[in-house]
Amino acid sequence: MSQVLHTPPQSPAPADEDDLAALAARHGLTVSGARPSLPEYVRQLWERRHFITAFATAKLTAQYSQAKLGQVWQVMTPLLNAAVYYFIFGVLLGTKKHVPDYIPFLVTGVFIWTFTQSSIMAGTRAISGNLGLVRALHFPRAALPISFALQQLQQLLFSMAALIVILICFGVPISVSWLLVIPALFLQFTFNAGVSMVMARMGAKTPDIAQLMPFILRTWMYLSGVMWSIDKLTKADDLPHAVVIALETNPAAVYIDLMRYALIDSFHSSQLPPHVWAAATGWALLAGVGGFIYFWKAEETYGRG
Amino acid sequence: MAEQTIEYHTERTPVAADSTIPTVVCDGVDIIYRVNGTGAGRGSATAALNRMLRREKAEKAAGVRKVHAVKKVSFVAYKGEAIGLIGTNGSGKSTLLKAVAGLLPVENGRIYTHGQPSLLGVNAALMGDLTGERNVYLGGLAMGMTREQVKERYQGIVDFSGINEKGDFITLPMRTYSSGMGARLRFSIAAAKDHDVLLIDEALATGDRSFQRRSEERIRELRQHAGTVFLVSHNNKSIRDTCDRVLWLERGELRMDGPTEEVLEAYEAFTGGADKPKAPADKAA
Repeated sequence: MSQVLHTPPQSPAPADEDDLAALAARHGLTVSGARPSLPEYVRQLWERRHFITAFATAKLTAQYSQAKLGQVWQVMTPLLNAAVYYFIFGVLLGTKKHVPDYIPFLVTGVFIWTFTQSSIMAGTRAISGNLGLVRALHFPRAALPISFALQQLQQLLFSMAALIVILICFGVPISVSWLLVIPALFLQFTFNAGVSMVMARMGAKTPDIAQLMPFILRTWMYLSGVMWSIDKLTKADDLPHAVVIALETNPAAVYIDLMRYALIDSFHSSQLPPHVWAAATGWALLAGVGGFIYFWKAEETYGRG
Repeated sequence: MAEQTIEYHTERTPVAADSTIPTVVCDGVDIIYRVNGTGAGRGSATAALNRMLRREKAEKAAGVRKVHAVKKVSFVAYKGEAIGLIGTNGSGKSTLLKAVAGLLPVENGRIYTHGQPSLLGVNAALMGDLTGERNVYLGGLAMGMTREQVKERYQGIVDFSGINEKGDFITLPMRTYSSGMGARLRFSIAAAKDHDVLLIDEALATGDRSFQRRSEERIRELRQHAGTVFLVSHNNKSIRDTCDRVLWLERGELRMDGPTEEVLEAYEAFTGGADKPKAPADKAA
């Protein structure tokens, strides 16, 4: 494997230089700080799985530990978020006239979008915001972005509990299709973790990206049909075909619509983009595997310089 | 080359200093820091743009300063040794440790190690908003211990730190601890693991005198289990108590390498007189 310490050829050296290298080789010493091979990296990461989950849970509980209401905020925050969006898009702008079950539709969209959005935001700062940790301890650095994505998943599970209450309050019947939530969330989590790892590497090299991300993410949100129905727009057939394809294969839209399909009975399969499960799996695989390899490629550079 | 075996479980039999098995080999190591936002542009926007656009070419013009922190340092450390690193402030001691741990890149030369050297620094993984108890678990896992290992050693860690001596403080958030208590818990967590090569950066200067004595005791123990211990400290007494060999760094250069007493005498002459003997208050000067 290549040695990655950017070592230029040796300059004129003291006499015992060769001896030292030979001594090290004779006793099987390895070069400090080299990047492990991909299978080895995966193994190391697996060994740290308990750290990944403990770190995620710790971050989550530390979040509200100073608040008087404590962990109640885990559920309150998403509910308040949903209320604000309802007020603006449901009441003031009147989007609800076009969509049946608008409140469940909106709240599902907001929660699922928030999951992706906060995972990516946290991923961007995963390395650059935790330099102290990276510079003090050895662990596969991918543990950080994955841990942050896991924290957001736990956060989402709290939101889902709130969502279930909202759904039942608005008369959405409980059905077997709710079980689809599990594979959908699993795929979305893989996608989020993958994108987080890509952003973590970029953010580690150029921390300025963290300043740009909110704008990119907000644009992405408005394009993803969080508050409006993509289906209504694409069926109106005055849009160019390419735009329709782009809107329908947008991963955020795919995951949001999957979740709506799973939870809301008035959201029919005809409203789903074509080949929705294939798209969801494809995005998860592409981001998950690609993001992991992309992140691993720079493993030895994190926290340096 | 994926030989970085991380041995979590292996029970090591204590080994005496063995001058035949090297654990760390430093081969002509140079370390250079690059610092953004200094000099010419004084961190102005134009300097920043300049830096982004021209990269390597005009590092100097764009206000990137190079700091040559460690210069051509070579040494070999053997199994069972405890090596002290001394030198005045800013002489490159901590930098060298970080490079040995593989956390900083070297500019020239190579550092070869047996297994994975670990810095005795768990602080960064701990969270002030969590209880001491949860921090013990979190810190242990962060250092690569398994859940079972942490569970097994939990009581030992708490007892060693002495946090619970004055009441049930381990179940309080760490932000409520005094700085001494926090430091004791951090050291206890960090010292709970057996390491191949252990690097300690001024950890002994924390806590009260009785805790310092316990820490030195623990370091001697770690040294028997670990291959090699490196200790950076400004406290010549704790170097004398724990180390049998000392490296003296000055302005990034290795100025002396030899038995503790010999090097410390030269160093004390250099810094202007020995520390006042047995004054308990003279911690890291």
